[in-house]
Amino acid sequence: MSGVNVDAPAYDVAIIGAGVVGCAIARQLARYELSVVVLERSSDVGNGTSKANTAILHTGFDCVPGSLESSLVKRGYELLGAYADEAGIAVERTGGLLVAWDEEQSEALPGLQEKASKNGYHQTRILSTEEVLNREVNLGQGVRGGLEVPGESIICPWSTVLAYAREAISVGVTFAFNTEVTGVVFNEDGQCLTTPLGNVRSSWLINAAGLFSGQVDGLCDHDDFKVTPRRGELIVFDKLSRGLISSIILPVPTSRTKGVLVAPTVYGNLLLGPTADDIDDPFATATTEQGIARLLDAGRKVLPRLLDEEVTALYAGLRAATDHQDYQIRSHPNQSYVCVGGIRSTGLTASMAIAEYVVALLVSDGLELIEGGPLPKVPNMSPLGEMQLRRYEDGDAIAVDAEYGSIICHCERVTRGEIRDACTGDLPARDIGALRRRTRAMNGRCQGFYCAAEVVSLLAELSAATPATLTGLTE
Amino acid sequence: MSGPRYSAELVRRALASGAQILTGTTVTEFAEGGSVHLTSRSGIHEINTHAVLIASGARERPRSARLVPGDRPSGIFTTGQLQQWTYLKRLPVGSRAIVIGAEHVSFSAMLTLRHAGVRTIALTTELARHQSIAPFAIAARTLFHVPIWINTRLVGINGRSRVSEVVLEDIVSGKRRSESVDTVVFSGGWIPDNELSRRAGLEIDPGTLGPSTDIGGRTSVSSVYAAGNLLHPVETADVAALRGREVARELVGDLRSGKSNSARDRVALVTEAPLSWVWPNTVHPSQHVVSVLLRTSEFDSRRLVIAHQDGRVVGSSRTARVVPNRSLSISGSFIENIDLHGGPVKLSLEGGRAAPSSTPKSRAG
Repeated sequence: MSGVNVDAPAYDVAIIGAGVVGCAIARQLARYELSVVVLERSSDVGNGTSKANTAILHTGFDCVPGSLESSLVKRGYELLGAYADEAGIAVERTGGLLVAWDEEQSEALPGLQEKASKNGYHQTRILSTEEVLNREVNLGQGVRGGLEVPGESIICPWSTVLAYAREAISVGVTFAFNTEVTGVVFNEDGQCLTTPLGNVRSSWLINAAGLFSGQVDGLCDHDDFKVTPRRGELIVFDKLSRGLISSIILPVPTSRTKGVLVAPTVYGNLLLGPTADDIDDPFATATTEQGIARLLDAGRKVLPRLLDEEVTALYAGLRAATDHQDYQIRSHPNQSYVCVGGIRSTGLTASMAIAEYVVALLVSDGLELIEGGPLPKVPNMSPLGEMQLRRYEDGDAIAVDAEYGSIICHCERVTRGEIRDACTGDLPARDIGALRRRTRAMNGRCQGFYCAAEVVSLLAELSAATPATLTGLTE
Repeated sequence: MSGPRYSAELVRRALASGAQILTGTTVTEFAEGGSVHLTSRSGIHEINTHAVLIASGARERPRSARLVPGDRPSGIFTTGQLQQWTYLKRLPVGSRAIVIGAEHVSFSAMLTLRHAGVRTIALTTELARHQSIAPFAIAARTLFHVPIWINTRLVGINGRSRVSEVVLEDIVSGKRRSESVDTVVFSGGWIPDNELSRRAGLEIDPGTLGPSTDIGGRTSVSSVYAAGNLLHPVETADVAALRGREVARELVGDLRSGKSNSARDRVALVTEAPLSWVWPNTVHPSQHVVSVLLRTSEFDSRRLVIAHQDGRVVGSSRTARVVPNRSLSISGSFIENIDLHGGPVKLSLEGGRAAPSSTPKSRAG
């Protein structure tokens, strides 16, 4: 990692937060002749709200019509879909199916279809009970019709953030990890940011701090919104459950409940969730007995056979919910500051459109974009999706590099070559979580029963971190 | 004999017999008809075979599969992982551990922790007693000062980067308490590694969750056999190896005779609670079965297992003490009394006295 310039001439742009939004903005700025620094409080990109979501590429059919979120999700869906193909990020065009389970839900379908149209999405279709059951034969008793949303898709969220960041790095954007911004002083030339590294100066400041975006906005003397972390617990089921559904099974939201979804993942699992509980602590990512019980009850109703399968993982993600309905993107031209707050679970889909929008705001506030420098290189991401040609099944790759033939994590079929790749190059994995997100290693049904000792040894060797540090025994 | 020496001897004999052992090689898929897909450092290969035998073993259920809520810090192990961690890779474990489970393998986890210099504060079980043998429990208490906390359920794990505490519930009183530990070991809770078997479409036994086979390891698919702890999670290595040898003999016999070699023409063995599974899963009255393996989900004072078929008692046999998570077996002599054209044979526990079996037939041939 290139060093951060401290107490030195200003960066043109400083971005606080290396989540999917911060990284997308960094990538967008990287095509111009600008010096950009991304300051991240944690140890990796995409390590907060971006890492634990439902991994859906949304059409935006159910956004609030006319909202900024609606337009950015719609645009972002197209942009990210195309970018994923270019960068080798796993996407599956599974389609979505809202399933009604009672009269109230059934009666809500036409309204949802109308809402989708208002959001510019016209491909939905109302299905009869029979049509729903023909399509999804394993659904539980009591289906009362449904609404098909053919564009809903699934995507690899981890590769998306990593691809944006690697592309930005390819033309010299600096990423600083473990670098929390604790103070912002505005002056005539821009900002002076207090960090553990020292003072970092910038001409323009972007707040993409996710769960902490409200706090950072406070440091900038604004009080426009309050972030309340909304915890969503999720259960990941074994890959042997993947065949139970073909599309994303979505709940029909009603006045009483929002319901949970069952979605395939690009890694070949099924995901059940999320719950939605507003909490105070932006670090409280623990799952709860009540949450798990609620999800299993819901899952039993939607897809009874799912409950016979083994659970591979339980996790909770926090969404940056605010006291507002819409994204909180505001520019403050007199401070050369743009706040990109309240980006909720749709932020993954909308990320590239948010970046476009934010850069346009900067320009209208006076940032000068100069083209002509070296163009950033779209990275070629490691294939993590089951529908992609994984390394272990790629004879040509193994012929060139035998390490791709050496499977080390058997549940997820991750090879030694992929572990090595993840620990070297741009943005190498420096901890176990980062390695999991880059490779899927240890994410499978055995959770490391077979491979953890070997994977962690290898990570220690390649990252020059001690095993004790990697496993939290020492700082 | 130690485990590594025992397996080294088996490897030596396998090689001497002309078998090729491909290590660092993963079977990614196999199809009916005997085609097997392999990935290794030398590339992707497909080999064709007359018979496939799957012996993919069993693993311990990890924390997630046991639905234990809480944080996801480092310091959470299964016994198998802990043993590789400690003995093969010599990685640091922690300083204060709790072992979830109180069966044979749980004591093994305790010894591994001790070897790694980790203090075990307790072994816990949700059941009312430990499920190992008395000498282990006594040794744990007196030599190692490790108590066994019975009727105790793990309901949470807390910690940011490393485990800091576990939350335990006393099942009887419902009271909860926290214990500070930096290491949690999930022991036992075995499940067969049945992915390949399921993907190949083999019929899976609902009790063992391994492929359903007869005593010869014949699965529901022709020319596909299975052996070892994939079928009966888990027996000790020597039992698994001996059973494997039996399967190999039957497999060779089938190949030589060229006769029908799937387990279709069989009668199913099933269990009644608290018995939770039985192996072999299918039998043929002509098969000589020395012993039938069983498991129970609860302690039970009854020791007599009765075999019924279509309401008729076909045999009975006494077992050792009926203890969960411990290997139980009964004589397989009742199998010769089974009607091949009848319904499934149900095994159930009955009171102390051996029930008279109805009209035992003499073994044909």
